[in-house]
Amino acid sequence: MEFLSPATLDEALAAKAAHRDAVPIMGGTDVMVELNFDRRRPDVLLDLTRVTELREWDVVDGHVRLGAGVTYARVVDELGGHLPGLALASRTVGSPQIRNRGTVGGNLGAASPAGDAHPPLLAAFAEVELASAGGVRRVPAAEFYTGVKRHAGADDELVTAVWVPTATGPQQFSKIGTRNAMVIAVAAFALALHPEERRVGTGIGSAAPTPRRAREAEDLLAGELDWEGRGALRETVAAEFGRLVAAAADPIDDVRGTAAYRRHALGVMARRCLGWAWAEQQDRHREGGH
Amino acid sequence: MRVTVTVNGERRTADDVWEGESLLHVLRERLGLPGSKNACEQGECGSCTVYLDGVTCCACLVAAGQADGREVTTVESLGDAEALHPLQRAFVDAGAVQCGFCTPGLLVAAHDLLARDPDPEDSDIREALAGNLCRCTGYEKIIDAVHLAAERMAAPADGGAR
Ligand SMILES: Cc1cc2nc3c(=O)[nH]c(=O)nc-3n(C[C@H](O)[C@H](O)[C@H](O)COP(=O)(O)OP(=O)(O)OC[C@H]3O[C@@H](n4cnc5c(N)ncnc54)[C@H](O)[C@@H]3O)c2cc1C
Ligand code: FES
Ligand code: FES
Repeated sequence: MEFLSPATLDEALAAKAAHRDAVPIMGGTDVMVELNFDRRRPDVLLDLTRVTELREWDVVDGHVRLGAGVTYARVVDELGGHLPGLALASRTVGSPQIRNRGTVGGNLGAASPAGDAHPPLLAAFAEVELASAGGVRRVPAAEFYTGVKRHAGADDELVTAVWVPTATGPQQFSKIGTRNAMVIAVAAFALALHPEERRVGTGIGSAAPTPRRAREAEDLLAGELDWEGRGALRETVAAEFGRLVAAAADPIDDVRGTAAYRRHALGVMARRCLGWAWAEQQDRHREGGH
Repeated sequence: MRVTVTVNGERRTADDVWEGESLLHVLRERLGLPGSKNACEQGECGSCTVYLDGVTCCACLVAAGQADGREVTTVESLGDAEALHPLQRAFVDAGAVQCGFCTPGLLVAAHDLLARDPDPEDSDIREALAGNLCRCTGYEKIIDAVHLAAERMAAPADGGAR
Protein backbone atom coordinates (compact mmCIF):
# COMPACT_ATOMS: atom_id res chain seq x y z
CA MET A 1 0.00 0.00 0.00
CA GLU A 2 1.11 3.52 -0.73
CA PHE A 3 0.30 6.46 1.55
CA LEU A 4 0.16 9.83 -0.18
CA SER A 5 0.01 12.99 1.90
CA PRO A 6 -0.36 16.01 -0.38
CA ALA A 7 -0.04 19.41 1.28
CA THR A 8 -2.03 21.43 -1.25
CA LEU A 9 -5.20 20.93 -3.26
CA ASP A 10 -3.29 21.02 -6.55
CA GLU A 11 -1.04 18.23 -5.33
CA ALA A 12 -4.04 16.24 -4.14
CA LEU A 13 -5.80 16.58 -7.50
CA ALA A 14 -2.61 15.64 -9.37
CA ALA A 15 -2.28 12.58 -7.12
CA LYS A 16 -5.89 11.57 -7.80
CA ALA A 17 -5.32 11.98 -11.55
CA ALA A 18 -2.23 9.78 -11.37
CA HIS A 19 -3.83 7.18 -9.08
CA ARG A 20 -7.48 6.98 -10.00
CA ASP A 21 -8.09 4.04 -7.69
CA ALA A 22 -6.61 5.88 -4.69
CA VAL A 23 -8.97 5.92 -1.72
CA PRO A 24 -9.24 9.41 -0.21
CA ILE A 25 -9.11 9.51 3.57
CA MET A 26 -10.23 12.52 5.57
CA GLY A 27 -11.51 11.89 9.11
CA GLY A 28 -11.11 8.18 8.51
CA THR A 29 -14.27 7.33 10.45
CA ASP A 30 -15.54 5.25 7.52
CA VAL A 31 -12.26 4.33 5.80
CA MET A 32 -10.40 3.11 8.89
CA VAL A 33 -13.24 0.81 9.91
CA GLU A 34 -12.98 -0.82 6.48
CA LEU A 35 -9.20 -1.14 6.78
CA ASN A 36 -9.28 -2.43 10.35
CA PHE A 37 -11.74 -5.14 9.38
CA ASP A 38 -10.01 -6.09 6.15
CA ARG A 39 -12.99 -5.06 4.07
CA ARG A 40 -10.87 -2.91 1.83
CA ARG A 41 -7.23 -3.12 0.75
CA PRO A 42 -6.61 -0.14 -1.51
CA ASP A 43 -3.28 0.14 -3.30
CA VAL A 44 -3.13 3.83 -2.47
CA LEU A 45 -4.47 5.85 0.46
CA LEU A 46 -4.75 9.56 -0.30
CA ASP A 47 -4.65 11.49 2.97
CA LEU A 48 -6.44 14.83 2.63
CA THR A 49 -6.07 16.07 6.20
CA ARG A 50 -3.05 18.22 5.36
CA VAL A 51 -4.80 20.12 2.58
CA THR A 52 -5.68 23.31 4.42
CA GLU A 53 -7.91 24.60 1.59
CA LEU A 54 -10.35 21.79 2.36
CA ARG A 55 -10.68 22.77 6.01
CA GLU A 56 -11.98 26.28 5.43
CA TRP A 57 -15.44 27.74 5.07
CA ASP A 58 -16.48 31.11 3.76
CA VAL A 59 -19.62 33.06 2.94
CA VAL A 60 -19.78 33.79 -0.81
CA ASP A 61 -22.80 35.20 -2.68
CA GLY A 62 -25.39 34.19 -0.12
CA HIS A 63 -23.89 30.72 0.19
CA VAL A 64 -21.65 29.07 2.68
CA ARG A 65 -18.85 27.40 0.74
CA LEU A 66 -18.10 24.64 3.19
CA GLY A 67 -14.77 22.92 2.59
CA ALA A 68 -15.07 19.14 2.37
CA GLY A 69 -12.73 18.73 5.33
CA VAL A 70 -14.73 20.76 7.86
CA THR A 71 -15.66 18.49 10.77
CA TYR A 72 -19.11 18.07 12.29
CA ALA A 73 -17.82 19.57 15.54
CA ARG A 74 -16.93 22.75 13.67
CA VAL A 75 -20.27 22.85 11.84
CA VAL A 76 -21.99 22.69 15.24
CA ASP A 77 -19.73 25.34 16.82
CA GLU A 78 -19.37 27.74 13.92
CA LEU A 79 -22.30 27.38 11.53
CA GLY A 80 -25.47 27.06 13.61
CA GLY A 81 -26.59 30.50 12.42
CA HIS A 82 -25.90 30.16 8.70
CA LEU A 83 -26.71 26.48 8.32
CA PRO A 84 -29.10 25.52 11.13
CA GLY A 85 -30.34 22.34 9.43
CA LEU A 86 -26.87 20.94 8.83
CA ALA A 87 -25.80 21.96 12.33
CA LEU A 88 -28.79 20.15 13.87
CA ALA A 89 -27.97 17.02 11.89
CA SER A 90 -24.27 17.27 12.76
CA ARG A 91 -25.11 17.26 16.46
CA THR A 92 -26.66 13.82 16.07
CA VAL A 93 -23.65 12.22 14.40
CA GLY A 94 -21.86 9.50 16.36
CA SER A 95 -20.13 10.79 19.48
CA PRO A 96 -17.85 13.71 20.36
CA GLN A 97 -14.84 11.72 19.14
CA ILE A 98 -16.54 10.96 15.81
CA ARG A 99 -17.76 14.56 15.36
CA ASN A 100 -14.23 15.83 16.06
CA ARG A 101 -12.83 13.84 13.12
CA GLY A 102 -15.71 13.03 10.77
CA THR A 103 -16.36 15.50 7.97
CA VAL A 104 -19.22 16.52 5.73
CA GLY A 105 -17.01 15.76 2.71
CA GLY A 106 -16.44 12.24 4.03
CA ASN A 107 -20.19 11.79 4.41
CA LEU A 108 -20.60 12.85 0.78
CA GLY A 109 -17.73 10.61 -0.34
CA ALA A 110 -19.32 7.63 1.40
CA ALA A 111 -22.76 8.59 -0.02
CA SER A 112 -24.53 6.23 2.35
CA PRO A 113 -28.33 6.48 2.25
CA ALA A 114 -28.08 6.82 6.04
CA GLY A 115 -25.58 9.69 6.09
CA ASP A 116 -26.94 12.45 8.31
CA ALA A 117 -25.57 15.38 6.32
CA HIS A 118 -27.57 14.49 3.23
CA PRO A 119 -31.17 15.35 4.25
CA PRO A 120 -30.33 18.91 5.36
CA LEU A 121 -28.14 19.48 2.28
CA LEU A 122 -31.02 18.37 0.04
CA ALA A 123 -33.52 20.52 1.91
CA ALA A 124 -31.26 23.57 1.70
CA PHE A 125 -30.79 23.13 -2.09
CA ALA A 126 -27.04 22.66 -1.69
CA GLU A 127 -24.60 21.93 -4.49
CA VAL A 128 -21.59 19.64 -4.25
CA GLU A 129 -18.32 20.99 -5.66
CA LEU A 130 -16.23 18.38 -7.47
CA ALA A 131 -12.72 19.14 -8.68
CA SER A 132 -10.17 17.36 -10.82
CA ALA A 133 -6.85 18.46 -12.26
CA GLY A 134 -8.92 19.49 -15.31
CA GLY A 135 -11.37 21.80 -13.57
CA VAL A 136 -14.18 22.37 -11.10
CA ARG A 137 -17.91 21.69 -11.43
CA ARG A 138 -20.95 21.86 -9.18
CA VAL A 139 -23.67 19.23 -8.95
CA PRO A 140 -26.98 19.82 -7.16
CA ALA A 141 -27.19 17.53 -4.12
CA ALA A 142 -30.32 15.93 -5.57
CA GLU A 143 -28.27 14.72 -8.56
CA PHE A 144 -25.15 13.83 -6.58
CA TYR A 145 -26.46 10.60 -5.03
CA THR A 146 -26.66 8.08 -7.85
CA GLY A 147 -27.13 4.77 -6.03
CA VAL A 148 -26.49 2.95 -2.77
CA LYS A 149 -23.11 4.36 -1.67
CA ARG A 150 -22.51 5.76 -5.15
CA HIS A 151 -22.17 9.35 -6.22
CA ALA A 152 -21.66 11.50 -9.29
CA GLY A 153 -17.93 12.11 -8.74
CA ALA A 154 -15.59 10.68 -11.39
CA ASP A 155 -12.55 8.62 -10.43
CA ASP A 156 -10.19 11.54 -10.97
CA GLU A 157 -12.34 13.93 -8.94
CA LEU A 158 -12.43 14.86 -5.27
CA VAL A 159 -15.27 16.44 -3.35
CA THR A 160 -13.75 19.80 -2.50
CA ALA A 161 -16.67 21.69 -0.98
CA VAL A 162 -20.40 21.96 -0.65
CA TRP A 163 -22.21 25.20 -1.45
CA VAL A 164 -25.15 25.71 0.86
CA PRO A 165 -27.44 28.74 0.56
CA THR A 166 -27.38 30.53 3.91
CA ALA A 167 -30.68 30.00 5.69
CA THR A 168 -33.33 32.65 5.14
CA GLY A 169 -36.01 30.72 7.04
CA PRO A 170 -36.48 28.00 9.63
CA GLN A 171 -34.76 24.64 9.16
CA GLN A 172 -35.43 21.44 11.07
CA PHE A 173 -33.97 17.96 11.27
CA SER A 174 -35.29 14.82 12.88
CA LYS A 175 -33.70 11.39 13.16
CA ILE A 176 -34.97 8.11 14.54
CA GLY A 177 -32.52 5.75 16.17
CA THR A 178 -32.39 3.32 19.03
CA ARG A 179 -30.76 5.80 21.39
CA ASN A 180 -29.63 9.40 21.45
CA ALA A 181 -25.98 8.84 20.56
CA MET A 182 -23.97 6.62 18.25
CA VAL A 183 -26.79 5.53 16.03
CA ILE A 184 -27.12 5.12 12.33
CA ALA A 185 -30.51 6.58 11.45
CA VAL A 186 -33.43 4.19 11.03
CA ALA A 187 -35.00 7.10 9.18
CA ALA A 188 -34.27 10.82 9.05
CA PHE A 189 -35.97 13.90 7.71
CA ALA A 190 -34.94 17.49 7.07
CA LEU A 191 -37.08 20.50 6.25
CA ALA A 192 -36.08 23.98 5.13
CA LEU A 193 -38.46 26.85 4.51
CA HIS A 194 -37.20 29.37 1.96
CA PRO A 195 -39.63 32.28 2.53
CA GLU A 196 -37.90 34.67 0.11
CA GLU A 197 -38.52 32.31 -2.78
CA ARG A 198 -41.68 30.89 -1.22
CA ARG A 199 -40.20 27.44 -1.66
CA VAL A 200 -39.89 24.43 0.59
CA GLY A 201 -36.99 21.97 0.69
CA THR A 202 -37.05 18.46 2.09
CA GLY A 203 -34.59 15.61 2.51
CA ILE A 204 -35.28 11.99 3.35
CA GLY A 205 -32.56 9.75 4.84
CA SER A 206 -32.29 6.00 5.37
CA ALA A 207 -35.55 5.27 3.58
CA ALA A 208 -34.57 4.81 -0.07
CA PRO A 209 -31.50 3.60 -2.01
CA THR A 210 -30.22 7.18 -1.94
CA PRO A 211 -31.01 10.25 0.10
CA ARG A 212 -33.80 12.03 -1.78
CA ARG A 213 -36.22 14.95 -1.77
CA ALA A 214 -39.99 14.63 -1.43
CA ARG A 215 -40.89 16.95 -4.28
CA GLU A 216 -44.66 16.57 -4.25
CA ALA A 217 -44.67 17.31 -0.55
CA GLU A 218 -42.51 20.39 -1.16
CA ASP A 219 -44.86 21.69 -3.86
CA LEU A 220 -47.96 21.11 -1.77
CA LEU A 221 -46.55 23.02 1.14
CA ALA A 222 -45.14 25.87 -0.92
CA GLY A 223 -48.64 26.43 -2.33
CA GLU A 224 -50.55 26.06 0.92
CA LEU A 225 -48.42 27.94 3.44
CA ASP A 226 -49.51 31.43 4.40
CA TRP A 227 -46.11 32.95 3.68
CA GLU A 228 -47.08 36.22 5.33
CA GLY A 229 -46.81 34.14 8.44
CA ARG A 230 -49.96 35.28 10.18
CA GLY A 231 -52.07 32.20 9.79
CA ALA A 232 -51.88 29.06 11.84
CA LEU A 233 -50.86 25.90 10.09
CA ARG A 234 -53.91 23.97 8.94
CA GLU A 235 -54.00 20.43 10.29
CA THR A 236 -55.18 19.04 6.95
CA VAL A 237 -52.13 20.56 5.24
CA ALA A 238 -49.75 19.10 7.81
CA ALA A 239 -51.37 15.69 7.48
CA GLU A 240 -51.19 15.75 3.69
CA PHE A 241 -47.56 16.90 3.87
CA GLY A 242 -46.72 13.95 6.14
CA ARG A 243 -48.53 11.58 3.79
CA LEU A 244 -46.65 12.84 0.72
CA VAL A 245 -43.27 12.64 2.48
CA ALA A 246 -43.98 9.04 3.50
CA ALA A 247 -45.10 8.27 -0.05
CA ALA A 248 -41.86 9.68 -1.50
CA ALA A 249 -39.78 7.15 0.44
CA ASP A 250 -38.84 3.75 -0.92
CA PRO A 251 -37.71 1.95 2.21
CA ILE A 252 -36.62 -1.62 2.81
CA ASP A 253 -36.82 -4.02 5.74
CA ASP A 254 -33.43 -4.44 7.40
CA VAL A 255 -31.87 -5.03 10.82
CA ARG A 256 -32.56 -1.45 11.87
CA GLY A 257 -36.27 -1.38 11.05
CA THR A 258 -39.04 -2.43 8.71
CA ALA A 259 -40.11 -0.57 5.61
CA ALA A 260 -43.55 0.00 7.11
CA TYR A 261 -42.07 1.49 10.28
CA ARG A 262 -39.77 3.76 8.30
CA ARG A 263 -42.64 5.08 6.21
CA HIS A 264 -44.75 5.69 9.29
CA ALA A 265 -41.88 7.39 11.11
CA LEU A 266 -41.21 9.67 8.15
CA GLY A 267 -44.79 10.89 8.13
CA VAL A 268 -44.57 11.66 11.84
CA MET A 269 -41.18 13.37 11.57
CA ALA A 270 -42.37 15.44 8.61
CA ARG A 271 -45.41 16.73 10.51
CA ARG A 272 -43.34 17.49 13.60
CA CYS A 273 -40.60 19.29 11.68
CA LEU A 274 -43.26 21.33 9.93
CA GLY A 275 -44.89 22.23 13.25
CA TRP A 276 -41.58 23.39 14.73
CA ALA A 277 -40.59 25.28 11.60
CA TRP A 278 -43.94 27.03 11.27
CA ALA A 279 -43.92 28.10 14.90
CA GLU A 280 -40.47 29.62 14.30
CA GLN A 281 -41.66 31.32 11.13
CA GLN A 282 -44.53 32.97 13.01
CA ASP A 283 -42.16 34.06 15.80
CA ARG A 284 -39.89 35.66 13.24
CA HIS A 285 -42.81 37.62 11.86
CA ARG A 286 -43.89 38.83 15.27
CA GLU A 287 -40.34 39.90 16.09
CA GLY A 288 -40.02 41.47 12.67
CA GLY A 289 -43.03 43.68 13.56
CA HIS A 290 -45.25 42.51 10.68
CA MET B 1 6.68 3.77 6.23
CA ARG B 2 8.33 5.78 8.99
CA VAL B 3 6.07 7.70 11.33
CA THR B 4 7.29 10.34 13.76
CA VAL B 5 4.89 11.58 16.39
CA THR B 6 5.28 13.78 19.42
CA VAL B 7 3.66 11.66 22.09
CA ASN B 8 3.12 13.18 25.51
CA GLY B 9 5.74 15.81 24.71
CA GLU B 10 8.38 13.36 23.48
CA ARG B 11 9.39 12.86 19.85
CA ARG B 12 8.98 9.19 18.96
CA THR B 13 9.66 7.37 15.72
CA ALA B 14 8.29 4.07 14.49
CA ASP B 15 9.70 2.29 11.44
CA ASP B 16 8.16 -0.25 9.06
CA VAL B 17 4.67 0.94 9.87
CA TRP B 18 2.10 -0.55 7.48
CA GLU B 19 0.40 2.23 5.50
CA GLY B 20 -3.07 1.13 6.57
CA GLU B 21 -2.18 0.80 10.23
CA SER B 22 -4.00 2.78 12.91
CA LEU B 23 -2.45 5.24 15.32
CA LEU B 24 -3.76 2.99 18.09
CA HIS B 25 -1.69 0.08 16.81
CA VAL B 26 1.40 2.27 16.58
CA LEU B 27 0.95 3.52 20.13
CA ARG B 28 0.32 0.12 21.65
CA GLU B 29 2.47 -2.23 19.61
CA ARG B 30 5.34 -0.05 18.43
CA LEU B 31 5.78 2.69 21.02
CA GLY B 32 5.09 0.70 24.18
CA LEU B 33 2.09 2.78 25.25
CA PRO B 34 -0.67 0.25 25.99
CA GLY B 35 -2.79 2.68 28.05
CA SER B 36 -5.11 3.37 25.14
CA LYS B 37 -7.18 0.22 24.83
CA ASN B 38 -8.18 -1.72 21.75
CA ALA B 39 -11.69 -3.05 22.13
CA CYS B 40 -13.66 -2.54 18.94
CA GLU B 41 -11.44 -0.92 16.28
CA GLN B 42 -14.53 0.74 14.83
CA GLY B 43 -15.02 3.92 16.80
CA GLU B 44 -17.90 2.54 18.84
CA CYS B 45 -16.40 2.14 22.31
CA GLY B 46 -14.07 5.08 22.91
CA SER B 47 -11.56 3.01 24.88
CA CYS B 48 -8.80 4.22 22.51
CA THR B 49 -9.57 7.94 23.01
CA VAL B 50 -6.50 10.19 22.70
CA TYR B 51 -5.87 13.83 21.91
CA LEU B 52 -4.58 14.49 18.40
CA ASP B 53 -3.34 18.09 18.17
CA GLY B 54 -5.44 18.85 21.25
CA VAL B 55 -8.69 17.35 19.94
CA THR B 56 -10.08 14.07 21.22
CA CYS B 57 -10.58 11.24 18.75
CA CYS B 58 -10.56 7.47 18.50
CA ALA B 59 -6.96 6.42 17.83
CA CYS B 60 -8.26 3.31 16.06
CA LEU B 61 -9.75 5.53 13.34
CA VAL B 62 -6.64 7.62 12.66
CA ALA B 63 -4.26 6.28 10.01
CA ALA B 64 -0.73 6.28 11.38
CA GLY B 65 0.48 8.49 8.53
CA GLN B 66 -2.17 11.08 9.39
CA ALA B 67 -0.52 11.48 12.80
CA ASP B 68 2.98 11.92 11.34
CA GLY B 69 4.49 15.15 12.61
CA ARG B 70 1.54 15.80 14.89
CA GLU B 71 1.07 15.86 18.65
CA VAL B 72 -0.60 13.02 20.44
CA THR B 73 -1.49 13.00 24.11
CA THR B 74 -2.46 9.69 25.68
CA VAL B 75 -3.86 8.64 29.03
CA GLU B 76 -0.29 7.90 30.13
CA SER B 77 0.30 11.65 30.39
CA LEU B 78 -2.40 12.23 33.01
CA GLY B 79 -0.67 10.67 35.97
CA ASP B 80 0.83 7.47 37.28
CA ALA B 81 0.54 5.25 40.34
CA GLU B 82 2.68 7.64 42.41
CA ALA B 83 0.86 10.78 41.37
CA LEU B 84 -2.67 10.12 40.19
CA HIS B 85 -4.51 12.87 38.33
CA PRO B 86 -7.56 14.04 40.33
CA LEU B 87 -9.75 12.35 37.70
CA GLN B 88 -7.96 9.04 38.18
CA ARG B 89 -8.19 9.44 41.97
CA ALA B 90 -11.90 10.23 41.70
CA PHE B 91 -12.60 7.20 39.48
CA VAL B 92 -11.01 4.97 42.14
CA ASP B 93 -12.74 6.71 45.05
CA ALA B 94 -16.17 6.73 43.40
CA GLY B 95 -16.02 3.05 42.45
CA ALA B 96 -16.15 3.94 38.77
CA VAL B 97 -13.65 1.24 37.83
CA GLN B 98 -14.50 -2.44 37.65
CA CYS B 99 -12.63 -4.36 34.95
CA GLY B 100 -11.03 -1.06 33.97
CA PHE B 101 -10.95 -1.64 30.24
CA CYS B 102 -13.03 1.43 29.44
CA THR B 103 -11.31 3.61 32.03
CA PRO B 104 -8.43 5.09 30.00
CA GLY B 105 -10.77 6.31 27.27
CA LEU B 106 -13.22 7.69 29.81
CA LEU B 107 -10.41 9.53 31.58
CA VAL B 108 -9.28 11.26 28.40
CA ALA B 109 -12.86 12.13 27.38
CA ALA B 110 -13.63 13.43 30.90
CA HIS B 111 -10.34 15.35 30.97
CA ASP B 112 -11.37 17.09 27.76
CA LEU B 113 -14.80 17.91 29.20
CA LEU B 114 -13.41 19.42 32.41
CA ALA B 115 -10.91 21.50 30.44
CA ARG B 116 -13.85 23.10 28.63
CA ASP B 117 -16.37 23.05 31.47
CA PRO B 118 -14.97 22.79 35.00
CA ASP B 119 -18.42 22.35 36.57
CA PRO B 120 -20.55 20.22 34.23
CA GLU B 121 -24.15 19.13 34.81
CA ASP B 122 -25.13 15.47 34.60
CA SER B 123 -26.46 16.02 31.11
CA ASP B 124 -23.18 17.59 29.96
CA ILE B 125 -21.27 14.60 31.31
CA ARG B 126 -23.59 12.14 29.61
CA GLU B 127 -23.20 13.93 26.31
CA ALA B 128 -19.42 14.24 26.60
CA LEU B 129 -19.06 10.54 27.44
CA ALA B 130 -21.63 9.29 24.93
CA GLY B 131 -18.86 7.82 22.80
CA ASN B 132 -17.41 5.72 25.61
CA LEU B 133 -18.92 2.36 26.45
CA CYS B 134 -18.59 0.58 29.79
CA ARG B 135 -19.87 -2.96 30.17
CA CYS B 136 -19.50 -3.07 33.95
CA THR B 137 -20.44 -0.03 35.97
CA GLY B 138 -23.78 1.12 34.62
CA TYR B 139 -22.35 4.67 34.27
CA GLU B 140 -23.84 6.15 37.46
CA LYS B 141 -20.55 5.88 39.32
CA ILE B 142 -18.66 7.21 36.34
CA ILE B 143 -20.83 10.32 36.40
CA ASP B 144 -20.27 10.56 40.17
CA ALA B 145 -16.52 10.32 39.58
CA VAL B 146 -16.50 13.19 37.09
CA HIS B 147 -18.45 15.38 39.54
CA LEU B 148 -16.07 14.42 42.33
CA ALA B 149 -13.03 15.26 40.22
CA ALA B 150 -14.59 18.58 39.21
CA GLU B 151 -15.17 19.48 42.88
CA ARG B 152 -11.66 18.53 43.89
CA MET B 153 -10.08 20.35 40.96
CA ALA B 154 -12.03 23.49 41.83
CA ALA B 155 -10.53 23.31 45.35
CA PRO B 156 -6.97 22.24 44.60
CA ALA B 157 -5.85 22.66 48.20
CA ASP B 158 -7.17 19.24 49.16
CA GLY B 159 -6.88 17.57 45.74
CA GLY B 160 -3.30 18.20 44.75
CA ALA B 161 -4.42 18.88 41.20
CA ARG B 162 -1.94 19.17 38.42
C1 LIG C 1 -18.81 5.03 15.66
C2 LIG C 1 -19.29 5.71 14.43
C3 LIG C 1 -20.48 6.41 14.43
C4 LIG C 1 -20.96 7.03 13.29
N1 LIG C 1 -22.12 7.70 13.36
C5 LIG C 1 -22.59 8.32 12.25
C6 LIG C 1 -23.81 9.05 12.30
O1 LIG C 1 -24.46 9.13 13.34
N2 LIG C 1 -24.24 9.63 11.15
C7 LIG C 1 -23.54 9.56 9.98
O2 LIG C 1 -23.97 10.12 8.98
N3 LIG C 1 -22.37 8.88 9.91
C8 LIG C 1 -21.89 8.27 11.01
N4 LIG C 1 -20.72 7.57 10.94
C9 LIG C 1 -20.02 7.46 9.65
C10 LIG C 1 -18.94 8.53 9.40
O3 LIG C 1 -18.51 9.10 10.61
C11 LIG C 1 -19.46 9.64 8.50
O4 LIG C 1 -19.85 9.12 7.25
C12 LIG C 1 -18.42 10.74 8.27
O5 LIG C 1 -19.04 11.84 7.67
C13 LIG C 1 -17.26 10.30 7.41
O6 LIG C 1 -16.36 11.38 7.32
P1 LIG C 1 -14.79 11.14 7.39
O7 LIG C 1 -14.14 12.46 7.16
O8 LIG C 1 -14.41 10.42 8.59
O9 LIG C 1 -14.62 10.22 6.09
P2 LIG C 1 -13.55 9.12 5.64
O10 LIG C 1 -13.70 7.88 6.41
O11 LIG C 1 -12.19 9.75 5.63
O12 LIG C 1 -14.05 8.93 4.16
C14 LIG C 1 -15.38 8.46 3.91
C15 LIG C 1 -15.55 8.12 2.42
O13 LIG C 1 -15.47 9.28 1.63
C16 LIG C 1 -14.36 9.24 0.76
N5 LIG C 1 -13.81 10.59 0.79
C17 LIG C 1 -13.33 11.27 1.87
N6 LIG C 1 -12.99 12.52 1.51
C18 LIG C 1 -13.30 12.63 0.20
C19 LIG C 1 -13.18 13.71 -0.74
N7 LIG C 1 -12.70 14.91 -0.38
N8 LIG C 1 -13.59 13.50 -2.00
C20 LIG C 1 -14.07 12.28 -2.40
N9 LIG C 1 -14.20 11.23 -1.55
C21 LIG C 1 -13.82 11.42 -0.26
C22 LIG C 1 -13.46 8.17 1.30
O14 LIG C 1 -12.66 7.56 0.31
C23 LIG C 1 -14.46 7.20 1.88
O15 LIG C 1 -15.02 6.39 0.89
C24 LIG C 1 -20.21 6.95 12.09
C25 LIG C 1 -18.98 6.27 12.07
C26 LIG C 1 -18.51 5.66 13.23
C27 LIG C 1 -17.21 4.94 13.20
S1 FES D 1 -11.10 0.68 19.98
FE1 FES D 1 -11.29 2.64 19.11
S2 FES D 1 -13.31 3.16 19.61
FE2 FES D 1 -13.21 1.10 20.26
S1 FES E 1 -15.21 -1.03 34.03
FE1 FES E 1 -15.37 -2.76 32.73
S2 FES E 1 -15.89 -1.84 30.84
FE2 FES E 1 -16.00 -0.21 32.19
